[in-house]
Amino acid sequence: MAHPLRGSAAITGLGMTPMGRIYKSANELAADAVRDAIADAGLGKEEIDGLLINPGITGFTGGGIGLGLQNYLGMTNLRLMNHMNGAGSTAAQMVQYATMAINAGMATHVVCVFADTPLQDGSRSGAAYGGANRLPPRPKGMSGLAPAAGFFGPNTQYALAASRHMSMYGTTHDQLGTIAVGQRAWAGKNPHAQKQDPITLEDYHNSRWIVEPLHLLDCCLVSNGAVAVVVSPAEQAKDMPQPPVYVLGMGQGHPGDRGKAGSDWETETGAKIAAKTVFSMAGVGPGDVTQTQLYDCYTYTVLVTLEDYGFCKKGEGGPFVEDGKLGPGGSLPTNTGGGELSGYYMWGMTPLSEAVIQGRGHGGERQANNDVILCTGNGGALSYHAALVLSPHRN
Amino acid sequence: MSETTEVPKPIPEPDDESRPFWEGTLEGKLLLMKCSDCGEFRIPSRQHCDNCLSDNYTWAESSGRGVVRSLGVMHQKYHPAFEPEIPYTLAMVELEEGPRMPTNIVELNGREVQVGMPVEVTWERHEDVAVPKFRPR
Repeated sequence: MAHPLRGSAAITGLGMTPMGRIYKSANELAADAVRDAIADAGLGKEEIDGLLINPGITGFTGGGIGLGLQNYLGMTNLRLMNHMNGAGSTAAQMVQYATMAINAGMATHVVCVFADTPLQDGSRSGAAYGGANRLPPRPKGMSGLAPAAGFFGPNTQYALAASRHMSMYGTTHDQLGTIAVGQRAWAGKNPHAQKQDPITLEDYHNSRWIVEPLHLLDCCLVSNGAVAVVVSPAEQAKDMPQPPVYVLGMGQGHPGDRGKAGSDWETETGAKIAAKTVFSMAGVGPGDVTQTQLYDCYTYTVLVTLEDYGFCKKGEGGPFVEDGKLGPGGSLPTNTGGGELSGYYMWGMTPLSEAVIQGRGHGGERQANNDVILCTGNGGALSYHAALVLSPHRN
Repeated sequence: MSETTEVPKPIPEPDDESRPFWEGTLEGKLLLMKCSDCGEFRIPSRQHCDNCLSDNYTWAESSGRGVVRSLGVMHQKYHPAFEPEIPYTLAMVELEEGPRMPTNIVELNGREVQVGMPVEVTWERHEDVAVPKFRPR
């Protein structure tokens, strides 16, 4: 028997601001995206009765959107609201909570919004994420151990994870680079993408080291901007202006890391846990998925996520991707907007926004088979994971 | 007089909960917390065991031996005090007792360090703390 919530809600509105070095406040960007998403759904502001809010890194560093966004937007009819934080897994999570709330009768049209402004005029793109400039001269207690060793930001954590995978399974830079090259080729077909010039494997190898084994072209962009989506009941979605993108499956996985022997956080992620839930609800398996929109803070994240969803065996992600099957013309179109590596970095809204565009069939020259879309979010250091199966087909 | 102000490295400052650990470092002892109920070791400092959630513990000395769990080589200039050392080697070392520590491998350059390499603790001495580093054994 089908899961009772399978296909019960749909994404009916999408709003995206320009992304990159856009110098507006997070509230202003959020308002632009929310206004456009509501209009895209053919709704009036007064019809929105749910608002889920997710700041990016500025939720930690200051200036991020919070509960005050409600009043900035002048929303006075809310029956559901929260300020959510599951890091990069939040976008998919917001759609999940919206779907559950709609089914519980707690809300009808729920806006889910992400906005972030890590880039300040004149700042380097990595500054907000490295965190070194926010360190006190003497960090307190044991929290000082990592900075004393020169560990800064997620680049360090993902380098450690990738080094472990490369050492255990023989994963190569050519394989990671193939992911970067393929996604840049997709980005060339996406007018929203920040990086559209094609790159070669040689360009990848020649890009400077950030934290070995990660080259610059293994790492995502840093972007200012905002994305909002509207989630609505499926029964109403079919009569709304945009082609509905139905939520067929939902799942999460958060394996944790106790910082000791027994944890394999580097190579076995929350995707492995989420896969069972999301595929079971949707009634599909990896062989049914026609395209994937995967959180790609690093090339390595794509590779390990594909393994954990069972597209290939653990450790075989490298050989799986090296024929270019993720890129244009390949058998498993992945991150068809260029992803976070080459498109734009809106945390989990990057894969989600592209999944909505693809689910509607609005991908233009980058449109891929959209029958079954796996859309994932990953946050922390492979710490938090959420996934959706989306489709233009309700059944 | 020179006008340049040198930014020092971010050296940890002991707080009440971690003070026994940092006092140990000055004597060359790498102290861990050990649960008095289930015997599980943990990296200080947290009041509860992450295995059984007991808050009874003792301080116990680690052998100081471990293996390199994962590694990286830092090329990015995040903090001015580290710039002269770039590229430097980052490693997560798993101690024999189980806990993992973020640290550096000294006496080798980055490409000589391997995952699985046996290492032992050595100390970078500062005025009121010593920072644990590791070298091949």
